[in-house]
Amino acid sequence: MAVIYSVLRRPLIEGDKSLAQVTEDVCSAVASRPTRMWWTAFLTAFTVLLMGTAAVSYQLATGIGTWGLNKTVGWAFDITNFVFWIGIGHAGTLISAILFLLRQKWRTSVNRSAEAMTLFAVMCAGLFPVIHMGRPWLAHWMFPYPNTRGTLWINFRSPLVWDAFAIFTYFTISLTFWYVGLIPDLATLRDRCQSGLRRWLYGFFSLGWDGSYRTWQRYETVYTLLAGLATPLVVSVHTIVSWDFATAIIPGWHTTIFPPYFVAGAIFSGMAMVLTLMIIVRKVMRLEKYITPRHVDAMCKIVVATSGMVGLAYATEFFTAVYSRNPYEEFVFLNRALGPLAWGYWIMVACNVLIPHLLWLKKLRANLAVVFPISIFVDIGMWFERFIIIVTSLERDFLPSSWAGYAPTAIEAATLVGSFGLFFTCFLLFCRFLPVIAIAEVKGVLSYGKNTQGVHS
Amino acid sequence: MSRRLFLAAFEREEDALGATQASREYGFRIVDVYAPYAVHGMERAMRLQPSRLPWVCFLLGLIGATFKVWFEYWTTWIDWPLNVGGKPWDSLPAFVPVTFEVMVLLAGVSTVFAFFLVCRLIPGKKPTLPIAGITDNRFLLVLEETDAAFDPHRVRRLFEEFNAVQVEERVEETR
Repeated sequence: MAVIYSVLRRPLIEGDKSLAQVTEDVCSAVASRPTRMWWTAFLTAFTVLLMGTAAVSYQLATGIGTWGLNKTVGWAFDITNFVFWIGIGHAGTLISAILFLLRQKWRTSVNRSAEAMTLFAVMCAGLFPVIHMGRPWLAHWMFPYPNTRGTLWINFRSPLVWDAFAIFTYFTISLTFWYVGLIPDLATLRDRCQSGLRRWLYGFFSLGWDGSYRTWQRYETVYTLLAGLATPLVVSVHTIVSWDFATAIIPGWHTTIFPPYFVAGAIFSGMAMVLTLMIIVRKVMRLEKYITPRHVDAMCKIVVATSGMVGLAYATEFFTAVYSRNPYEEFVFLNRALGPLAWGYWIMVACNVLIPHLLWLKKLRANLAVVFPISIFVDIGMWFERFIIIVTSLERDFLPSSWAGYAPTAIEAATLVGSFGLFFTCFLLFCRFLPVIAIAEVKGVLSYGKNTQGVHS
Repeated sequence: MSRRLFLAAFEREEDALGATQASREYGFRIVDVYAPYAVHGMERAMRLQPSRLPWVCFLLGLIGATFKVWFEYWTTWIDWPLNVGGKPWDSLPAFVPVTFEVMVLLAGVSTVFAFFLVCRLIPGKKPTLPIAGITDNRFLLVLEETDAAFDPHRVRRLFEEFNAVQVEERVEETR
């Protein structure tokens, strides 16, 4: 049978796959025994997670005095990590919801793992405010419920309360979205297993899915609705995160540019993390035919675009500071670029504004050995961005006699590293037990079995 | 009561679409089509009505938002008025973010539950797959033989034009 490629468009999935081949390629990774590489990665991640758990346990038992905070810098490492992880999560929703509404078919190869990344990143993010409370066993006080303290309600005018609602909703909707997308694939896995615990589990969670088109039609409707809800949601989440800062009167934080600046930065960092993970996953799980250089190319373009937005935001902040003639605002930005944390500021500029622009070159976008380190630089740069925004605005406040520096303690560093342990432990388990490619969605974009004229009667 | 069903399996999307289309043109009663993925255009071929789930989404979103606005006013202004930094009791702009989040949460989660309910997707339910391979690489068209005029041999020949890989008749007991 002759294979016909359009001159205009290359197929999204290479290798002219049939439906059964797609099922086989994705499911065999789940069915086979874990490789030695997987075990090494998993045990490393799990050890790091345990180390983080130990650090957090020590901190909970001893108190927040184990952190490097002081009375000037009262908010630093913990909130940096929170914003960093929430930002990472945003790319998953961008791929699964926004690109779905924009009918970007290439998303089908990466959406499953990007959504999983979102879930795990939001889990990591959610941990930090809970740890930050110092008394996490009272975390339920964040939510309004009839209580014996009055009833004393929470303050709905506070951005921190908005944040709690935003993160909770974001996690729940992301989980729902991910699960709804998984149901047909779980049914595929169920029908491939003969018996045993796996079949039972896949059967339980696939809800008796039988592929009826009446169900498929409603499924498509629900998927579109969820995408429509998740799109403004993802914008709202990082907007609200930015309000944690922007509603304060601290110079450097109190600015109206924060919401779009944070949302662009979130998608920037998240897309870089998707690239980091996908370049590894396609290699390790032998999915090169599914996650092709074309997918990497598309994601690189998003990285370049959002890098430009972030760069513009940095410049705008400086311009606004000068143009406002507000001496405190001017000082904060001079302090960022030339003060004690200038090294961090310039790492941020280099990683977020300068290095990603290499990806304008098509040749470099096609070279994974270049794209991979760039994606890691962006991850690092975006972590520094949050750190710089938070710490430099606080360390030198209105009263020079109270100026102080900030350096994280080993406990704080271990907590950050531990959160990476949690993230990778979850991600590796996901790769092991669930299909990393959305099988049913990829089948829908194959050229196999379709009317070659592209016209359905 | 029992009904006679006519099943035809296909390997390719365009065959399944064509056969469904032809069945409708011949006036056969289409019981259902089974597919490994959401085939675009199938809803037109089967002439399915659009789902009413968007209404569930809209209504529950509206209820969630209304409830949350009321709740925020009630808690901060009536039940336990607390002056925070001299902010006005009527702080509608500050109530918007949480209202939005609750609206999205309720609309999204309830739409999914409504979907599970109308499609009878229940945890642990045993699937009733008419043939093997539907979740892998088979498309299946199920017709009901409504009257004596339904000639299985002619229908079989019709579907063979669409490269049917498996054609069979079944009797299904209905309650």
